[in-house]
Amino acid sequence: MPKDGGIGASTKRREDIRFLTGTGQYTDDINLRGQAHVAFLRSDVAHGRIKGIDTQAAAAMPGVVRIFTGADFEGIGGLPCGWQVTDRQGNPMQEPGHPVLAQGKVRHVGDPIAAVVAETREQARDAVEAIEVDIEELPAVVDMKAALAEGAPKVHDDLSSNLCYDWGFVEENKAAVEEAFAKAAHVTTLELVNNRLIANPMEPRVAVGDFAPHSGDSTLYTTSQNPHVIRLLMGAFVLGIPEHKLRVVAPDVGGGFGSKIFHYAEEAFCTFAAKQLKRPVKWTSSRAEAFMSDAHGRDHVTKIELALDAENNFTALRTETHANMGAYLSTFAPSVPTWLHGTLMAGNYKTPLIYVNVKAVFTNTVPVDAYRGAGRPEATYQLERVIDKAARELGVDPIALRRQNFVTEFPYATPVAVEYDTGDYVATMDKLEQIADLAGFEKRLAESKARGKLRGLGVNCYIEACGIAPSNLVGQLGARAGLYESATVRVNATGGLVVMTGSHSHGQGHETSFPQVVADMIGIDANMVEIEHGDTDKAPMGMGTYGSRSLAVGGSAIVRATEKIIAKAKKIAAHIMEASADDIELKDGRFTVAGTDKSLAWGDVTLAAYVPHNYPLEELEPGLEETAFYDPSNFTYPAGAYACEVEVDPETGKVTIESFAAADDFGNIVNPMIVSGQVHGGLAQGIGQALLEGCVYDENGQLLTGSYMDYAMPRAADVPFYSVDHSCQTPCTHNPLGVKGCGEAGAIGSPPAVVNAVVDALQRAGHTGVTHIDMPLSPSRVWSAMQG
Amino acid sequence: MNEITIKVNGKSVSGPVEGRTLLVDFLRGAGLTGTHVGCDTSQCGACVVHVDGKAVKSCSIFAAEAEGAEVATIEGQANPDGSLNAIQQAFQDHHGLQCGFCTPGMVMSAAALLKENPRPSEHEIREYLEGNICRCTGYHNIVKAILAASGQDVSAIAAE
Repeated sequence: MPKDGGIGASTKRREDIRFLTGTGQYTDDINLRGQAHVAFLRSDVAHGRIKGIDTQAAAAMPGVVRIFTGADFEGIGGLPCGWQVTDRQGNPMQEPGHPVLAQGKVRHVGDPIAAVVAETREQARDAVEAIEVDIEELPAVVDMKAALAEGAPKVHDDLSSNLCYDWGFVEENKAAVEEAFAKAAHVTTLELVNNRLIANPMEPRVAVGDFAPHSGDSTLYTTSQNPHVIRLLMGAFVLGIPEHKLRVVAPDVGGGFGSKIFHYAEEAFCTFAAKQLKRPVKWTSSRAEAFMSDAHGRDHVTKIELALDAENNFTALRTETHANMGAYLSTFAPSVPTWLHGTLMAGNYKTPLIYVNVKAVFTNTVPVDAYRGAGRPEATYQLERVIDKAARELGVDPIALRRQNFVTEFPYATPVAVEYDTGDYVATMDKLEQIADLAGFEKRLAESKARGKLRGLGVNCYIEACGIAPSNLVGQLGARAGLYESATVRVNATGGLVVMTGSHSHGQGHETSFPQVVADMIGIDANMVEIEHGDTDKAPMGMGTYGSRSLAVGGSAIVRATEKIIAKAKKIAAHIMEASADDIELKDGRFTVAGTDKSLAWGDVTLAAYVPHNYPLEELEPGLEETAFYDPSNFTYPAGAYACEVEVDPETGKVTIESFAAADDFGNIVNPMIVSGQVHGGLAQGIGQALLEGCVYDENGQLLTGSYMDYAMPRAADVPFYSVDHSCQTPCTHNPLGVKGCGEAGAIGSPPAVVNAVVDALQRAGHTGVTHIDMPLSPSRVWSAMQG
Repeated sequence: MNEITIKVNGKSVSGPVEGRTLLVDFLRGAGLTGTHVGCDTSQCGACVVHVDGKAVKSCSIFAAEAEGAEVATIEGQANPDGSLNAIQQAFQDHHGLQCGFCTPGMVMSAAALLKENPRPSEHEIREYLEGNICRCTGYHNIVKAILAASGQDVSAIAAE
């Protein structure tokens, strides 16, 4: 049994107390003395030329402080893109400008045109209504293939076309892949859509800019997953404020799921306006604004082909994807359909030859960027769907076909540039068959049939790359940032510790799980360890939380810093006990001299570090504080097998999730309770994508799903109790904790399970022509499929 | 602007409001920021409070309508000694929250449910939470927490 409060214990979350009593501090709870409020005038057309903006009447409205337009931002940088993708010919992607407020043109519904700063939020909103904008509406491009057609309206007049890049991976494999397809005994082809989603964390985005005239320092409070990244992007590329004059604070953040990674115009605006007006400026997004200004996710249209030999071994895989970038390049948008997608196309299988082609396209829609899983759900969905289709075409068991093609030896170098360090896909599939009681399926099928319902079973695997990852590698791939993490461990004189981390917790429970790691290493009570995060003035540097990287990268930095603390503390203990540091052991919070009965408590040594009366001052500085930066040598590769059972109502096409089981391998686990919770949440989002969620634009670029009235997210009655298991553990070989990452797995692995299950149900009911239905599998789509 | 007085968690709270001021904005403006705003269409339930004992989305009524009413918010839910009440404690014990943003509304809805129906079934809980959206937990541990708070055995529901 794990030590209570240490690694492996399901320690209850300490942060829950403030959230359960209404004392959390979210950004919208921050109100600074003298703050003004901003409301944005946003474009109501998808594409248009701004002929004029008349702010005269608005400026005379009660409480209006100042109105800003694009003209106020001339000469100021636009929002930068943090990743440059190179196309098949080796040319850099087309990279348009992204002004804070529209200049000349508007390019999507929601594009900010003007901003009113007023004494109250209501006054700001009222004045926005009084601004008159003369916009010449231009034809919009919404559909990606139409956007690439000859003569299509251009989203950006200064680019040669709407093609951001045409990426091939691995380009050198292309000919060999074609050859393998020519020789294949069987080829399965599937065309599918990975539906556009909107992340919808329950807390809308908020930004509060502040400026201190006495010091010239700017502060931004913002709903971010990575305050240091915002400081860098906004400070260096948009507003020209050096890091030492800019503080970014992300306090309690109400969920992110990727959408709060990116640097947004409203953050830059509030920081800029606060400095101009010498008073705090606050913006709180409405949900309607969130729908048209938060980066969207997914939106891929793919054709995938799988080649098999006569023994049903996978011999080659070929995909062609159109990926929607929206109207501008959001912070990490170019990386999602490329390096976070193409590199995962091997999945859990030893397919020797793979070629991935991605055309990224600009359209008159909200920018698209990473959403929970980012690229990996798109890879998993198409691969696991095409395997299911292949099994059906070949008349073989889909689980057996997968098992036959599993990677079984590690490390395994895929043909798509990554190397899996560990895994055991047979073990997770075995575990899944057990926890999902697959043997009992036929009985449940009969029970459903007796009730007039069509039952189906869908099984799939997934692998993901987490803990993004070696800075030198991602640099080669086009990242304009390093992807390490930092931690500072400060030990106080009386023995308590403060750990300052660049990772950010917005639901993941770091304030509980990170102390478990540190307490375990020292052998003290976890309550002696406090986590500080979300403030650039505290942690030295940070790349933040996304891509299931916090424990694998941020946690590793904490381990390294704590190791330095322990090494120094041992030297202090050795001096006091007149022994060699090599002979000092630290266990259960006591330092002992090996082979003697001499010992010192943790607190005796920490006190000596700050009251250095008996201290090796000639060798060691007083104090006990250490910083470490950890840059991983590889990604981590969590993997698993998922099973979904559905019932379809043959009268209406309504799909009900009857059961969902997930067997995951996350390597070592620090807090099993938190890990299960992460999987539960991911599963619900994946089920949401499969059954309910879909962002819809009409052909003019009007956003039809602009509120919770018309964008359906899972509610409690849409999902069952899940059966999750993470007892299969192949520890990561290259980080000190042996951990892999669990935040996105559920969202990556679940959509294909649901769709496989619905297709299975329909096939079993005799609808043999139904080989695929695009998500979301709404009753009307399923019903239509059943009508042939 | 009219001055109104509402009894919130047993204490009188007064302030000027416009006709259009929503109850949630009045509460937040009075420093009771535990009640959250997650949408503009009364769908998400992050703002659920009790008005005269009934669960109400505080974005769906004007502050002026609550003049003279007894309002209970998340800030008043803990036991008098400051410890978590049974529902709050069950949410912590069963990891029924992650980012915490929907949590005040979930707790207030759960309290209203258990007042009406002290031993709800899983199905009844899921149906009752129709007006509360959580994006983090997948609802598993919320439903489990409410079952546990009602004194029902949850040991058979997948551990952790």
